[in-house]
Amino acid sequence: MSDLSSSNLSRVLHARFDEILAAWVSQQVAATRRASIAESDVRAQCGELLDAMRKALGGPGRDDIQTPAWGGVRELLQRVSFSRAQQGFSPSETATFILSLKRPLFEAVRADSGNNAEALADATWAVTELLDQLALISMEAYMRTREELIARQQQDMLELSTPVVKLWEGVLALPMIGTLDSSRTQVVMENLLQRIVETGSDVAILDITGVPTVDTLTAQHLIKTVTAARLMGAECIISGIRPQIAQTIVHLGVDLGDVVTKATLADAFKVALARSGLAVTRMKSAQGPMGSTSPSAR
Amino acid sequence: MLTTRSETVQIRQTSDIVNVRQVVRSWCLAIGMGLVDLTKIVTAASEIARNTLDYGRGGTMLIEELRDGIRAGVRLTFVDEGPGIPDIARAMTDGYTSGGGMGLGLGGTKRLVDDFTIDSAAGAGTRIAIIKWKSR
Repeated sequence: MSDLSSSNLSRVLHARFDEILAAWVSQQVAATRRASIAESDVRAQCGELLDAMRKALGGPGRDDIQTPAWGGVRELLQRVSFSRAQQGFSPSETATFILSLKRPLFEAVRADSGNNAEALADATWAVTELLDQLALISMEAYMRTREELIARQQQDMLELSTPVVKLWEGVLALPMIGTLDSSRTQVVMENLLQRIVETGSDVAILDITGVPTVDTLTAQHLIKTVTAARLMGAECIISGIRPQIAQTIVHLGVDLGDVVTKATLADAFKVALARSGLAVTRMKSAQGPMGSTSPSAR
Repeated sequence: MLTTRSETVQIRQTSDIVNVRQVVRSWCLAIGMGLVDLTKIVTAASEIARNTLDYGRGGTMLIEELRDGIRAGVRLTFVDEGPGIPDIARAMTDGYTSGGGMGLGLGGTKRLVDDFTIDSAAGAGTRIAIIKWKSR
């Protein structure tokens, strides 16, 4: 943007501020049929931004959108884009906010230029350049918000999916869920080894009921985890091997070696108890289901 | 043999392997493939997709739904422009790996699917096509 065209633009904005604002707001109200954003909010956002633009165009450094003079405009636009991204607006709906300013500005510039074609062309180019840059800022802010959201969700999943639970004195269980790719397995393994040390457990049950695919990398991770646990003095049992997973492992040619495997977590728990010299038996004096509220049993 | 629909999936980062598995799973469910065959082809796709990423420096998977008379199935074609495989016979041998894996991926995949073709040469990239038919 040349200094001349920015000063022209500044003049137009000063002279026709209310006209431009009214046209912009009505454009947006027509474009967004959302109930989630009130017209008064739109009006306030538009007014604030247009005012900031007027200030930026009036001062030094007005030719370059990256200068501190434009800081207020950039910040406002980013804030609007952030809040729209958080409210679940689509990228086009978010971009519409700034892009719908194009037409009102063009019309104001045209009315201002009169019959001077050269001035009109210059001013049109200045507006286009300015609004394109602002649209990019808006989109970058929008994408950044979405990326932050995704990163946070990934982090949540990483933490959610790795609980090590104590089933009994000396018996840990690790119910694994979802994809076992490298970074997740690393967290899982560290958690498990840490808990083995803390609880002094001799048996750890790795339950893979919630793992949809066991390929060679997953199998390798499992074997590594079992080996590491063994080095710490704990035996591992792998449970939750469904029929289709069993067949797939056989076809892949994966050898789970001397790892004890069981179809269900219950079976694995039974083995773990037996190892500790314990067994679950039915009580002879039991009168019925637990929690029975019969007042007199006799 | 007729291709009724097809789609290309990019394999550029680890999370794309999860996407590959999900795409393959949903396509196989759409033709009514049973759970065992479904698990086999999804596992095979996971193996080859990881090879495409780790050894082939990324590439694409073309998934096609096939009709052959009354038979239905899917074909997955993985293409990369990586360094290629100089000795295919050795790469197919169980237990051989040029990386840090178990060396079962290619041989294991071949056993999981109904048809397996591999084209590769040193410096010319790798193209692997696998087919799984829905068993009746």
